[in-house]
Amino acid sequence: MTLEVVDKSLETFVLNLGPQHPATHGVLRVKLTMDGEYIVHAEPVLGYIHRMHEKMGENRTWAQYMPNTARMDYLAALSYNHGYAAAVERAMGIEVPERAEYIRCITVELNRIASHLLWFGAFVLDLGGFTPLLYAFDDREQILDLLEAITGARLTFCYFRFGGLYNDIDDDFITGTRAFIKRLRSRMPMYHDLVTNNIILIKRLKEIGPISQEMARRYGATGPVLRGSGVNFDVRKHEPYSVYPEFDFDIPVYSEGDSMARYMVRMDEIEQSMRIVEQGLDKLPEGPIMAEKVPKILKPPKGDYYCAVEAARGSFGIRLVSDGTNTPYRLKLRSPTFSNLSLFSEACHGMIMADALALMGTLDLVIPEIDR
Amino acid sequence: MPYFSEIYTGTRSLFVGLGITLKEFFKKSVTLQYPHEHLEMPPRFRGHIELIKDTESGMAKCVCCGMCQKTCPSKCISLTGEKREGVKGKVLTSYILDFTTCSLCGMCVESCKFGAITFSKDYNLASTRRSDYVFDLLKRLEGKK
Amino acid sequence: MLTTELIRLLAFLVGIIAFAAGNAAYLVYAERKGAAFFQRRTGPKEVGPQGLLQPLADGIKLMTKQLLVPEGVDPILFKIAPIMLMVPAVMSFVAIPFSEQLTARHIDLGLLMIFAFASVNVLGLLIGGWGSANKYAIIASARVVSQNVAYEIPMLLTAITLVMATNTMNLNEIVAQQGGGFWNWNLIRLTWAASPLTPVAFLIFFTCMLCETNRAPFDMAEAESELVAGTFTEYPGMGFGVFFMGEYANIVIGASLVTVLFLGGWQSPLPFLPNSVVWFLMKMYAIIFTVIWIRWTYPRIQFYKLLNLSWKILIPISLFNLILTAGWLKVF
Repeated sequence: MTLEVVDKSLETFVLNLGPQHPATHGVLRVKLTMDGEYIVHAEPVLGYIHRMHEKMGENRTWAQYMPNTARMDYLAALSYNHGYAAAVERAMGIEVPERAEYIRCITVELNRIASHLLWFGAFVLDLGGFTPLLYAFDDREQILDLLEAITGARLTFCYFRFGGLYNDIDDDFITGTRAFIKRLRSRMPMYHDLVTNNIILIKRLKEIGPISQEMARRYGATGPVLRGSGVNFDVRKHEPYSVYPEFDFDIPVYSEGDSMARYMVRMDEIEQSMRIVEQGLDKLPEGPIMAEKVPKILKPPKGDYYCAVEAARGSFGIRLVSDGTNTPYRLKLRSPTFSNLSLFSEACHGMIMADALALMGTLDLVIPEIDR
Repeated sequence: MPYFSEIYTGTRSLFVGLGITLKEFFKKSVTLQYPHEHLEMPPRFRGHIELIKDTESGMAKCVCCGMCQKTCPSKCISLTGEKREGVKGKVLTSYILDFTTCSLCGMCVESCKFGAITFSKDYNLASTRRSDYVFDLLKRLEGKK
Repeated sequence: MLTTELIRLLAFLVGIIAFAAGNAAYLVYAERKGAAFFQRRTGPKEVGPQGLLQPLADGIKLMTKQLLVPEGVDPILFKIAPIMLMVPAVMSFVAIPFSEQLTARHIDLGLLMIFAFASVNVLGLLIGGWGSANKYAIIASARVVSQNVAYEIPMLLTAITLVMATNTMNLNEIVAQQGGGFWNWNLIRLTWAASPLTPVAFLIFFTCMLCETNRAPFDMAEAESELVAGTFTEYPGMGFGVFFMGEYANIVIGASLVTVLFLGGWQSPLPFLPNSVVWFLMKMYAIIFTVIWIRWTYPRIQFYKLLNLSWKILIPISLFNLILTAGWLKVF
């Protein structure tokens, strides 16, 4: 980001939206130069939770790296597992059986719903409404219980393996998921009545924090931030992977570019993910869940491989450079939130702090993912 | 005029919101009162690992192949075995799990071909000392008659 | 005669302080329980039966904290601010009629006196924020001053409308005029004495009362997720406790004012039931429940839109109501 020279004629002071703050989700420090209530210059300072995941990749074998991928964005961990597994499978040329692919898509979409529900609750909490958080967590708890019954973990899933899954789903999961989808569908109108149509929220979000299409493209934003500015790009539709071409779902795109548009994109994405899960459960084939010939000691051929998946926050990309040994030579992770955050500095110029915090909330930041 | 219609729809949305929270007021609470009530953990729950006893010989099923130690990404397992006369294969003499670095990935359980380790359902693990988290799994197995 | 008057005043003094303090302590409990039930969880329940001794535990915790005075603050302002918030609220209880006999003083300008004291509470918040020498606190107190000044105006305008209709500022007489059944309460009185827009005036007065007491959705002074704790950031232990007690005392005053002016005070809703203090308390606590209900339902509004709401919507409507009432009274 370019450093602007602050106009010396203004009487400004520096306020630290410090690493410990209720509204920055995680340890993010933003140095705000403020003129009274207006922000003149904002500079995010990162690195407070840097844990060297990319370096750890060089010291672990390919299979041993799987738990690390879950810990970067812990709210949507399955999509990161998926990205890593898909990248290594692409490198090795392993074919994943159909049943495993369907189960992967179903669980990833359930995880996306859970992540968006948590975003919804935390975002309205930032704006001052304390109650919808608890209602959203009630629904999210059901998803976590379903996923715990099959994977054994609630947050940092380590469920996918190269060539398939760790273990199979059972009938309880299928009936539980269908019941959950019915319940969430009946509760979505309640969320819209309580929050989306509320005049206070509309005043708080409409025409606040505009991000133009050109600015979103320039900073490489992806995910709901990009779709809220009118660009129709979703990795699941435009660079399809796994069995997403078999599903019939829409991509919500809103062209206004303000905070309300990004909010509505995520609420509509919850509905579309529910559609995908239903179709997945209907079409689930029988069969094995693990590919047959997966070598115990993986040694992908030498080369450079890239795979992108649509995580809850944007397009998560993983680039592997393999030199033929059993540990990666270089593992580069493209985190969507890092690119989304980079436009905060330009977008919040001239806003008051309440609006800047609303903007930061709609960018859906998870700081461990930025710092890796 | 938009001024008046906004006042009308705005006030109406406020009352609708109040109605929703009032309905939720009278519903039952969803909290599990934890110290007084307990939840049953699902069968695949991942607690720390524990050794499985072989019902015939009365000793641990582990043959000290060392696969779990090699597969662990965080190097938290250390086991030793020795050869004893009259017993085929190695006998386990110590199995230490350093739970402070374990990430519950499950690769040890997956890599064991002899079915010697499994996840426990233990989650009440709060303590004030780090040494409480270095589990001696062989001693735990013997203590569990 | 002097001694009976003195004893009466002393009894009222003790009673009012006990009422204010007890309310401040147990309203915190009621708010936590209310919040819990709105969010489908249980509130405090471990300390004492059903958690009823929780305020005692909170009080002991606050009192045992060290009363730090941070370096760089103005020592006099820092210490005076909580007192300036609490004292006017407790003093306003003097004019409120709890029932026909239970009024500390029959003050002819009771309404004016309560409004005068309400303005002092803004000064307390401003001094607290300025004296703290903390950037967050200063921003918060600047906001609080603009907010309170903007919302005093519609409150006074609606009160004037009512005073024009009732011809007196003595709170006891205002209540006495609402005798009969609930159809005579000022809220829905359709006789010649009040204008048809009185329910709207009630809503405006209620909104302004929420604003004056800095309750959500207008809690700029606290604004937890933006400014950490706003004006109270630097206050430790009991200093914070006194601010909170002052806020709840203000809520009780505001609720009793709404009850007295619009809902008939100690009058019973049906003509054959006796008037007593119980009706007053029931109505007051219903209003307080609504205040808690509103806090836990809505998000916070932005600062400049808050001022827009006051200057562009509430003030024109209350001015219109004033003119309409004046015309109505002239004609009928």
